[in-house]
Amino acid sequence: MEKGKGVMGSGRRWAVDFSDNSTAPSSRDIPDPPGFTRASVDQDDSAVSRQKKDAESNWKAQKAWEVAQAPFKNLLMMGFMMWMAGSTVHLFSIGITFSALWQPISALQGVGKVFEPYKDNKVDLLGPKLLFIALNLGGLALGVWKLNTLGLLPTHASDWVSSLPPAQEVEYSGGGIPL
Amino acid sequence: MPITYAFLLFLIFSSLQPILSLYEDQVGLTDWHQQYIGKVKQAVFHTHKTGRKRVVVSTEDNVIATLDLRRGEIFWRHVLGHNDVVDGIVIALGKYVITLSSEGSILRAWNLPDGQMVWESSLHGPKHSKSLLVMTNVVIEKDNVVIIFSNDRLHAVSCIDGEVLWNKDFEVESLEVQKVIQPPGSNFVYVVGFAASSHFEMYQINARNGELLKHESAAFSGGFSGEVSLVSSETLVALDSTGLILLRISFHKGNVSIQQTPISNLVEDSPGPAVIIPSSIMELFAIKINAVTIFIRVTGTGKLEVVEKANHETAVGDALSISEGQQAFGLVQHAGRDIHLTVKLAHDWGGDLLKESIIMDQQRGLIHKVFINNYVRTDGSYGFRALIVMEDHSLLLLQQGTIVWSREDGLASIIDVTTSELPVERAGVSVAKVELNLFEWLKGHMLKLKGTLMLASPEDIAAIQYMRLKSSEKSKMTRDHNGFRKLLIALTRAGKLFALHTGDGRIVWSLLLQSLHKSEACQHPIGLNLCPWQVPHHHALDENPSVLVVGRCGPSSDAPGVISFVDSYTGKELSSSSLVHSVAQVIPLPYTDSTEQRLHLLIDADKHAHLYPKTPEAIGIFRREFSNIYWYSVEDDNGIIKGYALKSKCDGNVADKFCFGTRELWSIVLPSESEKIVATVTRKLNEAVHTQAKLIAADQDVMYKYISRNLLFVATVAPKASGEIGSVTPEESWLVVYLIDTVTGFVLHRVTHHGSQGPVEAVFSENWVVYHYFNLRAHRYEMSVIEIYDQSRADNKDVWKLVVGKHNLTSPISSYSRSEVVTKSQSYFFTHSLKAIAVTSTAKGITSKQLLIGTIGDQVLALDKRFLDPRRSVNPTQAEREEGTIPLTDSLPIIPQSYITHNLRVEGLRGIITVPAELESTTLVFAHGLDLFFTHFAPSRTYDSLTEDFSCALLLITIVVLVAAIFVTWVLSQRKELQDKWR
Repeated sequence: MEKGKGVMGSGRRWAVDFSDNSTAPSSRDIPDPPGFTRASVDQDDSAVSRQKKDAESNWKAQKAWEVAQAPFKNLLMMGFMMWMAGSTVHLFSIGITFSALWQPISALQGVGKVFEPYKDNKVDLLGPKLLFIALNLGGLALGVWKLNTLGLLPTHASDWVSSLPPAQEVEYSGGGIPL
Repeated sequence: MPITYAFLLFLIFSSLQPILSLYEDQVGLTDWHQQYIGKVKQAVFHTHKTGRKRVVVSTEDNVIATLDLRRGEIFWRHVLGHNDVVDGIVIALGKYVITLSSEGSILRAWNLPDGQMVWESSLHGPKHSKSLLVMTNVVIEKDNVVIIFSNDRLHAVSCIDGEVLWNKDFEVESLEVQKVIQPPGSNFVYVVGFAASSHFEMYQINARNGELLKHESAAFSGGFSGEVSLVSSETLVALDSTGLILLRISFHKGNVSIQQTPISNLVEDSPGPAVIIPSSIMELFAIKINAVTIFIRVTGTGKLEVVEKANHETAVGDALSISEGQQAFGLVQHAGRDIHLTVKLAHDWGGDLLKESIIMDQQRGLIHKVFINNYVRTDGSYGFRALIVMEDHSLLLLQQGTIVWSREDGLASIIDVTTSELPVERAGVSVAKVELNLFEWLKGHMLKLKGTLMLASPEDIAAIQYMRLKSSEKSKMTRDHNGFRKLLIALTRAGKLFALHTGDGRIVWSLLLQSLHKSEACQHPIGLNLCPWQVPHHHALDENPSVLVVGRCGPSSDAPGVISFVDSYTGKELSSSSLVHSVAQVIPLPYTDSTEQRLHLLIDADKHAHLYPKTPEAIGIFRREFSNIYWYSVEDDNGIIKGYALKSKCDGNVADKFCFGTRELWSIVLPSESEKIVATVTRKLNEAVHTQAKLIAADQDVMYKYISRNLLFVATVAPKASGEIGSVTPEESWLVVYLIDTVTGFVLHRVTHHGSQGPVEAVFSENWVVYHYFNLRAHRYEMSVIEIYDQSRADNKDVWKLVVGKHNLTSPISSYSRSEVVTKSQSYFFTHSLKAIAVTSTAKGITSKQLLIGTIGDQVLALDKRFLDPRRSVNPTQAEREEGTIPLTDSLPIIPQSYITHNLRVEGLRGIITVPAELESTTLVFAHGLDLFFTHFAPSRTYDSLTEDFSCALLLITIVVLVAAIFVTWVLSQRKELQDKWR
């Protein structure tokens, strides 16, 4: 602002100060540019500040949506990585899978923190939050799905019965060829 | 939990290609090998001035060996086949060992220094007879001649090339030749024997050409019995058929005369019939009446006179010519703890050439045989050494009043083996003797480190190797963490128990069982069975473990039994008893009492069951489980398998509350004209099974194994085909295999292999059985596998039901309730014929299994069970490959690296025993035959422990260096930061 004024002072022909909220035509002799009406802007000081706030909250909302959508890119990248990792159990695929699981979980834990800067009583954060959570849950699901394709999830009967000891037998019989 | 198992499976599957071979420097680290020869039957000394002094022996296990006389080590050894019994050995020409074997039909000459066979000739004759081998000094065309009487024919064979120079048949029917004698310096031999048990026949035969010079015979109405003793080259002593009259038979110059002397004339109080101890000492012989040995002299005039009556156990050796016309013989007598070795001149009873007294280990029992040999001392007098064979089959060399060496050859004939844990290391029990001090420990680790960093000199490497082999860690007398150190308790045919340490194979203790000792009541005791009796753990740790030895007096099945209990730590016999009943079967029950004694049922020949231990507590436990205990018996000679239940009381009027009657429940009668039982096998009682499910990765399916202890595998062949391989055509030969539930007698599975033949060797583990037989059509051996799955539990597949535990998989199973099984089977060709087959067993049963195959070459080959998987297909899918399924091939591979005996041979291999170690990956393998071999074996590599060559020192040093480096850099960075701030 000061810089702009400095520039103005050093012989600029004209400048429009958008933050100039005065309703009266410009104090200088330069007329307002055509199509620029000062009347459309809120008249009083509170109106000015509200306008300012609105812009900010708009910006915030916009940002919030952006943040909420961020995991989507992540999701795509994860998908690609997973595809690269293949479906056999080895160090790489396990690492990928666990990071795929960990990222959404840590993100979900920090939902409040992520949207903290955009908190505003004007801005409705529910939508972005829900999107964010949904996308992260998607990521989590992708991780779990990967875990399953690796065969590390106990989703089959075999996973549950392999830990069962053999059943006891009621009868006992011994013998053989006489010595 | 399932994830951990998935990880575990992953771990196991990731080690699917185990490297089973070992490096050269790993030989002897965990394995040991001991060579034995068996009970010596005959010994011939070879003590020429030149060359190594040695003794050539033949044994009851058909071994011919030469031993170093200094140390008792084996120079060379040949193990003949089990039907190739050695009848006699002689040394010819000072360089050949000539052996007669296989009932006198095979004569072989071996080169004395290196044991290579020089020649072999086969001798045939009209009928089977006693076999005699006589070395003569007859020379035919520069050939020395051995004369052999075998198969009812007299042969003369050249020593040089084994050519039969002449042979001679005898016309007389039923001639039992007793001796072939060559009088010294003559060119003829006497062949003497009995015909029709009342005629004495004498033939004089020219040794050069086999011409009959003279034939005389004399009748003796009393008949002859038993052995004969030669008292001169033309005089024999025999007994009449009652054993009360001594007969002196002289055939001097071909004139036969028989002189009778009743024994009562010589010995006043002769209580019963006598037995001649066969010998050939000039003018002297010995008879035995009950336990008394009587030496009788035959004077020149033919008079008999008693020279000594020995009340102690006495063994007499053969005569030894020490100088011209002088014969000496050895005599060993027991006297309490000592034995007395006496060498006497044959013609002079009073003059002892040698009299020595030696303290003998009581656990060696009585002396069975003596062989003496003389040597010339530096002062020109005669010295004697004696080779003695003891009751426990051990072989000892006595010289100058001491035992020079001893060999525990009883271990060549192990009947049964069990294992026992060692004592727990306690604070009070000092093992400091074997503990290294800190300096030595450090030194050892520094050496190892040098080895790892490749800085070691050859001497260092040798030192490292020595350290590894002689590690005191492996031969300690306490239990170790991994369960590698155990006692192997072996029962031998001689009735002796040996406890071997698994670390280095040394004998910890040995015990000649009194209960298996020949006595008045028990004339021919034989050991049958060895079972772990008391295996204390948890609450009964103060007690020592003990084993049960079951024996029987005599070979028949109704002979009374004997049992004894032996402490496995100390080797003391805790108690022993002669049983009133016989022992036909020993059945360990799956119940123990409060002192961890296992309940055993001994079934006698009348099918009564006797419960041991005889305590009220045991009977209480037994009564509770009474209705669930069954037993079965396989009568292999008439092809019947019978199952029995127990009755609460003994039949008849036996008032014994530990005796139970039995009633027959079922019987399977195999048609005797088409089937003959050749093999039966069951699962090992103590086998650990980890899971009841078989995972099929291809479709994430699960199959339930049919795991039952009550399954019996029976293999039968056509009676015609029970002989040698190739004796029948494929059309008339078949092999039928049964899987029978022994509680209900239900035949779960039956398979016929047409055109196949025994011998069948089989092994049963978990839910599978692998058996080996000969396929006559393919002219190859085959191995087949049968896996049994339980179909009645197959619908337990709903994950949610399994998660919440709504399934019947752990509920007890009764043999009466189920019957639905499916089997999967497959056959593969296998190159070797085999002697024994076993399977690895591990502590929890998680580790994958390998088959241990005792090959015909007396080695132990490990074969992965996955090769014998019935689900192998030609093109396995990706999932199946991941699971470890091997593509189908028609034959099983023999990978040279997977011989676990590496370059060693376990001669005469009879059995392979596997014992789980505490470490899940490892199983202890003990193979026994004539030789013993022990090793550790990890079927899927040792995935649960660091390898032996892992350098702890290197790891420690790395950590220390890293920590130091971190500290130093931290200090440096602090200082630098401070300087930056001051700037």
